[in-house]
Amino acid sequence: MKVLIFSLFIAFSFPIFAQDGGREIPSVDVKDLFGNNFNTGDIDNEGKPIIISFWATWCSPCKRELNNIAEEYVDWQEETGVKIIAVSIDDARNMQKVKPYVDGQAWDYQVLLDPNGDFKRLMNVNNVPHTFLVDGNNQIVWQHNSYSEGDEYELYDLVKKLSSGEKIDSH
Amino acid sequence: MKIKKLLLAAFLCSQFLFLKAQENNKLPGEIHGNFEMTTQFYSVDTIIGAPIVPEKVLMNGFLNLIYTKDKFTAGLRYEAYQNVLQGFDPGYAGSGIPFRYGTYSGDLLEITAGNFYEQFGSGLIFRSYEERGLGVDNAMEGMRVKAKVRPGIYLKGMIGRQRLFFAQSNGIVRGIDGEFNLNEAFEGLAEKKTKVILGSSFVSKYQADDNVTYNLPENVAAAGGRLNLIRGNFSIFSEYVYKANDPSADNNFIYKPGQAFFISTSYSTRGFGLNLSAKHIDNMSFRSDRNENINNLLISYLPALTKQHTYNLAATLYPYATQPTGEVGFQADLTYKLKKGTWYGGKYGTSVLVNYAAANGLDTTSIDDLNTTRQAYKTNILSTGDIVFFRDFNIEVTRKLSKEFKLKASYFNFIFNNDVMKLAGKPGTFYVDIAVIDLLYKFNKTHSLRTEFQNMWTKQDQGNWATFVAEYSLAPHWFFSFMDQYNYGNPVESKRLHYPIFSSGYNTGGTRIMASYGRQRAGIFCVGGVCRTVPASNGVTLSITSSF
Repeated sequence: MKVLIFSLFIAFSFPIFAQDGGREIPSVDVKDLFGNNFNTGDIDNEGKPIIISFWATWCSPCKRELNNIAEEYVDWQEETGVKIIAVSIDDARNMQKVKPYVDGQAWDYQVLLDPNGDFKRLMNVNNVPHTFLVDGNNQIVWQHNSYSEGDEYELYDLVKKLSSGEKIDSH
Repeated sequence: MKIKKLLLAAFLCSQFLFLKAQENNKLPGEIHGNFEMTTQFYSVDTIIGAPIVPEKVLMNGFLNLIYTKDKFTAGLRYEAYQNVLQGFDPGYAGSGIPFRYGTYSGDLLEITAGNFYEQFGSGLIFRSYEERGLGVDNAMEGMRVKAKVRPGIYLKGMIGRQRLFFAQSNGIVRGIDGEFNLNEAFEGLAEKKTKVILGSSFVSKYQADDNVTYNLPENVAAAGGRLNLIRGNFSIFSEYVYKANDPSADNNFIYKPGQAFFISTSYSTRGFGLNLSAKHIDNMSFRSDRNENINNLLISYLPALTKQHTYNLAATLYPYATQPTGEVGFQADLTYKLKKGTWYGGKYGTSVLVNYAAANGLDTTSIDDLNTTRQAYKTNILSTGDIVFFRDFNIEVTRKLSKEFKLKASYFNFIFNNDVMKLAGKPGTFYVDIAVIDLLYKFNKTHSLRTEFQNMWTKQDQGNWATFVAEYSLAPHWFFSFMDQYNYGNPVESKRLHYPIFSSGYNTGGTRIMASYGRQRAGIFCVGGVCRTVPASNGVTLSITSSF
């Protein structure tokens, strides 16, 4: 009987899992660097790709990733119009240090603060760094957990694909 | 046979519904989630003091599922501890679904029933949160309402009980919070350079008086206010919380009110960032059960005002943890980027981070009233106590030397008062210096090798340590690493041990599989304000995390 119920559940949920063309960005209130509330449902880049990267001031690989991309960001933007949104999950301990760090490193990203992990949870992020790629229809089409030196090249290849209208099928 | 037929019917039926739904351009919602499973095989290793694990194999795991459909969200988390890994609280026993909720988000109201996480202001008065890696989870179970009354005015109200492992607290927590964003509320201020956000919260807990010796307050209230002021590159955040008398096991059942004050100011421009912050904590342990201890059932969140280090010798031997009964803290944090193309900045520029943190005890005058009013002491608010709890000076310089070569050099100096902290093995105050050289070499676009050479000097506790790390990565999928920690300066010769460990991992999409084999040193792992001590161990660890 248990097997049957479980099978039925799987069968019925199949169409739910078979979502075509990615996934919507979940909608929740976070803060921007000026203390304003920002709803993540409003994330948009006028039909061009978006990279959402979860990071923290205490996470070395996160900072390596975003600092490495910062060196290339001007070229990436020129070539594809991609926008990077760096979501800091720093809590009250380090939240006030996020803006000085971002300015100090001269990042040109849109930075959001998610101090109690509300957006992180809805995006099913286990650990940082965790990077998502969003297509021009605001659908999440790809994700990657952790960062190794050179990961940004794979990411940028996918951005270029999206930018030239190609589909990405791996989730 | 029957089952197969049923299955087939169900499958066809679901596909029909799916197509039907697509026709109407109405998907039946989405399900997403994440999954983590960590299994450790423990070997016997008495030399390093690894506790004997009778089960030999232990596992922590969870699965989150979140269903969304338009304005409706529902979720649940299944957790399993068979049995709980070493270093986590043994209260996590068995398995169950301790977290489930439904949320409806309308234009005016957002209503959640079931479990939720929430934070008022910076969390000084109330924070319900999870830190899975530390085994901290004080999720609320009850109801929460959020309202956007008009632009710039945000209200929240909640009531419920906090999670304690697979059960709930004896006490009930309820609270309201209001935030007023002046620039959003008044059209005339929308474009003004100065931004002002005000906030105020009220939180109270109820717990029956279960004490025979004292007449305890069953309702304990706390109230707080906060201000966030931003003008151009300059910003101030400040919060104050007052808590009524709250006798508890933490404060030895005194009736003195508690208070907490936090202020942080920042100034930053392109290539320069400075943050100065200070705090004063007095008798601020606030739990929904007055008899609880460690990290259980905390209502207020009092993070350490120190930098969170990442190199293992700096992070896991002598980290600072807030003393909720009373402390005064100060921190300065500087980020600076030396210009590229100059003799001091090099070809690619150089990043410099400097940080200083200090924490002392309160300046108090004792009152001999333990048999009458039980205030115990009087706090002299404007001065700092003489007892040094912690000092931390650290500097980190990062420079890209060439296209292939990157260097990061760090220095740390700690003064750690273990008579107060009671985190390390021996009593006394420890004076610690640490130096780290971190080198990254890129062979090509995807192959790179990172090495760390760390050394710690101290005449106290376990003496000197050295750590060597080599990490080879093949982007975007593989990594291999080796680490050895060596306690070469231990005053006891037989304890001058090596702790070698190999790890390897594979990443693809949202999935990460990792395996490690070797010795793990006893250490203190902290995130935010809380720490967990992990005993030494030896063996194989396998972990899988996946997000879908």
